[in-house]
Amino acid sequence: MNVSMHVNGERREYDVEPRTLLVHYLRDVVGLTGTNIGCDTSSCGACTVLVGGESVKSCTMLAVQADGCQITTIEGLADGDQMHPMQEAFREHHGLQCGYCTPGMVMAAVSLLVEHPDPTETEVREGLEGNLCRCTGYHNIVKAVLAAAQTPLASAV
Amino acid sequence: MIPAAFDYRRAQSVDEAVGLLTEHGEDAKLLAGGHSLLPLMKLRLAAPSVLVDIGRLSDLSYVRANGDTVAIGALTRHRDLEISSVLHEHVPLLAHVAGQVGDPQVRHRGTIGGSLAHGDPASDLPAACLALGATFTMVGPQGEREIEAADFFQGFLETALGPDEVLTEIRVPKADGAGWSFQKFNRRAQDWAIVGVAAVAGSRPGIGLVNMGSVPLRATAVEAALAAGASASEAAAHAADGLDPPEDLNASPEYRRHLVRVLVRRALEEAGAA
Ligand SMILES: Cc1cc2nc3c(=O)[nH]c(=O)nc-3n(C[C@H](O)[C@H](O)[C@H](O)COP(=O)(O)OP(=O)(O)OC[C@H]3O[C@@H](n4cnc5c(N)ncnc54)[C@H](O)[C@@H]3O)c2cc1C
Ligand code: FES
Ligand code: FES
Repeated sequence: MNVSMHVNGERREYDVEPRTLLVHYLRDVVGLTGTNIGCDTSSCGACTVLVGGESVKSCTMLAVQADGCQITTIEGLADGDQMHPMQEAFREHHGLQCGYCTPGMVMAAVSLLVEHPDPTETEVREGLEGNLCRCTGYHNIVKAVLAAAQTPLASAV
Repeated sequence: MIPAAFDYRRAQSVDEAVGLLTEHGEDAKLLAGGHSLLPLMKLRLAAPSVLVDIGRLSDLSYVRANGDTVAIGALTRHRDLEISSVLHEHVPLLAHVAGQVGDPQVRHRGTIGGSLAHGDPASDLPAACLALGATFTMVGPQGEREIEAADFFQGFLETALGPDEVLTEIRVPKADGAGWSFQKFNRRAQDWAIVGVAAVAGSRPGIGLVNMGSVPLRATAVEAALAAGASASEAAAHAADGLDPPEDLNASPEYRRHLVRVLVRRALEEAGAA
């Protein structure tokens, strides 16, 4: 069936099976492979994208459920060569090692700042509880998000 | 993992949803937020041949104070409950419990109606609705009917909902100023409760239990002990009476019986229920 959505501001329209998951629509149909699949069972958050500005696990949503929605993926954050403040903060504070969790972590963090513009450390840790990282021990991710919160536009998409 | 193929139908109204369910019978399933159903479909533990999407029935997403009760639309997402000022004023337990479900991503999609209709004994909101003495409205081909939360949960993942019925509204008595507590015991962030306890004090006291049997349960033995004048710790000693909790990777039945006595005592003390 026909499913159209705005992905990173661009209208995309494709004919897909109703059972197509949003993450497969984004990766395999639209061709944006920045969104990773980790667990594929709604647990790890690697597949997190924004739907209408809110974090969602795209492995647990059908593309048809996002029909007509505004989707933001990791590719949609930077402005040309200018990284998004959240990406900048992850780089600055060493918030990644292997990088596998990073696209989802960054998207979850952007959504977190929309809901908690000036979060406490506890709010950051709890707000990222849907995202697993096997490398960093989370400490530098938390530092990065706290730092990003102090820069303007860190929750902008 | 990709679900088995199905026909997708998007309902524009409750009546249309009921019509589609009636037309397709047992092969059809409602889809709300999809955060219980889609994981099951991906694992092929569920394979409905028709999905009736009610996720866009935005007129079923609301929280309204209405006389002595608060009325909640079945399509209200966990996140909207968590931040509802009406709930914070009149039923803070429910806002708090919604904020403990899963993680932010889950709360952005999952709905209270889906959580109740799924009927999972490990879910948080059913126990809260039991403690609060909620009433549910369902609409089917014969029209509307109401049911008490205490009569709704009938077996493992089985509720009083017929295959052609839609849960539309949850009504909860206002509990302004009443003490309350939610004890969710788990080992990892984001997890379901190994055991959970929702308690509300005040004029309509109630205690709901998470993961202590094949259905979400009311702690009737504790409620009876409290009514007879028992202290929090005396009443909590009855928390596992007559219950047959599940065994899984996280806990043995014996451990769950121990946990529930401890958590009920903490909940009663925090709620000031005894
Ligand atoms: C990673 C993860 C962690 C989670 N952690 C928790 C947790 O800690 N605690 C907890 O309580 N829950 C947890 N959940 C479950 C979550 O709360 C689900 O959102 C909720 O149980 C189902 O709501 P839904 O709207 O997504 O329903 P769906 O998945 O769309 O539907 C669930 C079932 O209910 C039926 N249904 C849905 N709406 C209606 C209706 N209005 N009328 C009749 N039938 C209906 C559907 O047909 C289906 O059978 C978790 C889920 C995930 C994926
Ligand atoms: S891949 Fe979606 S949550 Fe892990
Ligand atoms: S950086 Fe490797 S999983 Fe997070």
